[in-house]
Order: sequence, then structure tokens, then C-alpha cells
Amino acid sequence: MRFDSLLGSLGHTPLVGLPGLSPSPEVRIWAKLEDRNPTGSIKDRAAFFMIEQAEKDGLLTPGCTILEPTSGNTGISLAMVARLRGYRMVCVMPENTSAERSQLLAMWGAKIHYSPAEGGSNEAVRVAKRMAAEHPEWVMLYQYGNPANARAHYETTGPELLADLPEITHFVAGLGTTGTLMGVGRYLREHKPGTQIVAAEPRYGELVYGLRNIDEGFIPELYDETVLTTRFSVPADAALKRTRELLDKEGIFAGISTGGALHAALGVAARAVKAGERADIAFVIADAGWKYLSTGAYEGTLEEAEERLDGQLWA
Amino acid sequence: MAIEVRIPTILRNLTDGAKTVEGEGATIAELITHLDKNHPGIGARLVENDQLRRFVNVYLNDEDVRFLGGIDAPVSDGDTVTVLPAVAGGAR
Repeated sequence: MRFDSLLGSLGHTPLVGLPGLSPSPEVRIWAKLEDRNPTGSIKDRAAFFMIEQAEKDGLLTPGCTILEPTSGNTGISLAMVARLRGYRMVCVMPENTSAERSQLLAMWGAKIHYSPAEGGSNEAVRVAKRMAAEHPEWVMLYQYGNPANARAHYETTGPELLADLPEITHFVAGLGTTGTLMGVGRYLREHKPGTQIVAAEPRYGELVYGLRNIDEGFIPELYDETVLTTRFSVPADAALKRTRELLDKEGIFAGISTGGALHAALGVAARAVKAGERADIAFVIADAGWKYLSTGAYEGTLEEAEERLDGQLWA
Repeated sequence: MAIEVRIPTILRNLTDGAKTVEGEGATIAELITHLDKNHPGIGARLVENDQLRRFVNVYLNDEDVRFLGGIDAPVSDGDTVTVLPAVAGGAR
């Protein structure tokens, strides 16, 4: 495959079967390898679409500064595109994220503004909104509410999945900004009615839920409950266990949030087996494991890994 | 046997600091009513106008009850119910 530039190679990622983890020939699980994107994660799709849209709308002009609350992949994707297009990039990131993320962001020239660990990304969003008010000339693309995020998946990820797996019955992905699930979910509901759209929401340690009161909670503006069939909460131990199973049984080296999505996919698969139904379940490998090596997720016993992960934003 | 309910940090001032409490009922709504008898005030923190509050997520055996019938979702002995505030989470 030949492309004019790196950005041209966005998407068109492989969909691979998981013969070692699928319960039967009638109930099959498929993994979409989104780590095969330019910076190594599914976020390249959203970042590229959000920047393109902002350029089209005249919001972004050469020399502009992009501001984004992000603890990782979106920031890395935006920083890469910003570097190529001549924008400055400022990321607001919780301090309890892995060291690799800071290194990758700095590598592509992004400035990092740390927000307190307590409250996780809620706090990063709040700090970024405050900074945006102080710097009205900066452009906050705001992945949690930017329709171009979901549109990236409606226009690319969704059609790719249906072309490769016309018999798809379930789509499973991690729930964060909700962009992947909203975009792919809407596309599949329109083009393959009856497809079940399943969200896997990471359940963190208590620190992340340390709000001062419950009304400080956060729901991304992109989120539309009616697109989903159901939503599972996946604890860190289950996500870690599944991340290891992907390595052991399929040879796939994925990030920890992917273990969470696989956990939900296997749950859905088990229900199909119990009901005696055929199923073709596609789920998203959001990124590879490289950025999480320093968390110790892949070393020692599961209990040790889980302890090391406590209090970290693993997805 | 009863239903185990996991309480988030932010509501533990109502459960004397307990991380998990036990409850009874045939639906999430009945369970919350029962919880409120033992831990007065908790019901109003979870429910408003007969609906779960916007930033409150309740999971029945790890599945969001909003997709299982909301506060009318059936529960039974041995189930685990987890209450969590809605947050932006992690690595986006």
C-alpha cells in the first residue's frame, strides 16, 4: 500500500479473528487493530478529523495554539498532526498518568500542563476550560463534545468494520469520550439494523472518583444513551487478566483498556453461547502495550500488577 | 443471603464509612428504599423524581441498570450492585 504521506495512511486497519479466545465456530470474536494507525492508537482518527474540521471552519490558522484536556492518546495524536501543520499544542493532563505519555507528547513538541490526580480527567477538563477562558485566542478542540470525533468513526471505522465483517452482530469498544461507540454505533444501526452496540467502561481505583460532591460528575456531551444496547463496568483486575490472555492465546500485545473491551466481548460471547445464537463480535484494540510497560502490567503475578495499577489512569 | 451494595467514597459519610452494605428488595428502587431506612439520606442522593440522578451510575453485576430497566430493574439475592459517580475517566 502506498500513500502520499503518513496522514494518508490513517485507518484501514486489519480486522483479525481470535481463534484461541472465540468460544465456538458459531460465536466468533474479531479484533480491529487500531494500534496500526500513524501514532499507534485509534485516537488518530478523531484527532485528524477534529483538526481538519477546525481548519475548514476557519478556527485554526497557521501559528495557532491548540489546547486539549487529554491524559494520553488524543494528545499524542493531536501533537503529531499539529507538528506537521505548524500549530502549537498544549495538553492538560492528570499527573497520575504513565511516564511514556509525557515523553511521547514532548517528543512531538507539545507543552504539558499537569492537573491534580484527584478527580482524574474531570479535573483536567475543568482546568482546560479555565485555561481556554484565560486564552481566548487558543483553540480547544474538546474531544468530549466535538462532533468531528464521532464523525471520524461514522465515516471510517464503521464502514471499514461492516465491509470486513458483513455478518457482524455485536460491536464492543471502550467508553471514554464515547466518540468511537457513538460514531460506529450510529453507522451500524443505520446500515446493519439489529447490531448490538456494547460499551466497556473502565472502573478505576477510588482516587479517580474522588469528587467533592456528586453533582460535579461528568458525562461527555457526545454521549447518547440510545445508541448503546448496554454498558458494562470493567474493573482493573479483569482488564489486566484479559490483556494477558490476548498475549498468551493470540499473541496480541495490547494496552490495558483493550483488556477491558475484550472482557465485555467475552461476556457477550458467553451470553450468545448460552442462548444458542450465532454471533460475530468485533471489538477494538485501542492501542498497543508499549506506553504501559512502565506500569508493570505485563510482569509478575496478576495480583502484583493490579497493585501497581491502583490509582493510575489505566484506560 | 442479601444483595451486596458497593458504596462510593463520596457517599460513605452516610454508611459510617462502610465500603459495602447489604440490602434487600426485588428491584433497584426497592433496594434503594431499603438502604435509605438503614442509612437515612442515601435515597435522596441517588434518586430524584423517581429516576436515578444524572451523575449517578448504578451497575447490577457490572451492567449499567439504565439498560436493564432503570430503577425498576429486577434484583435478587446474591447480586452485587455498584454505585459510582459519572466521571470523565482516564486516558483520552
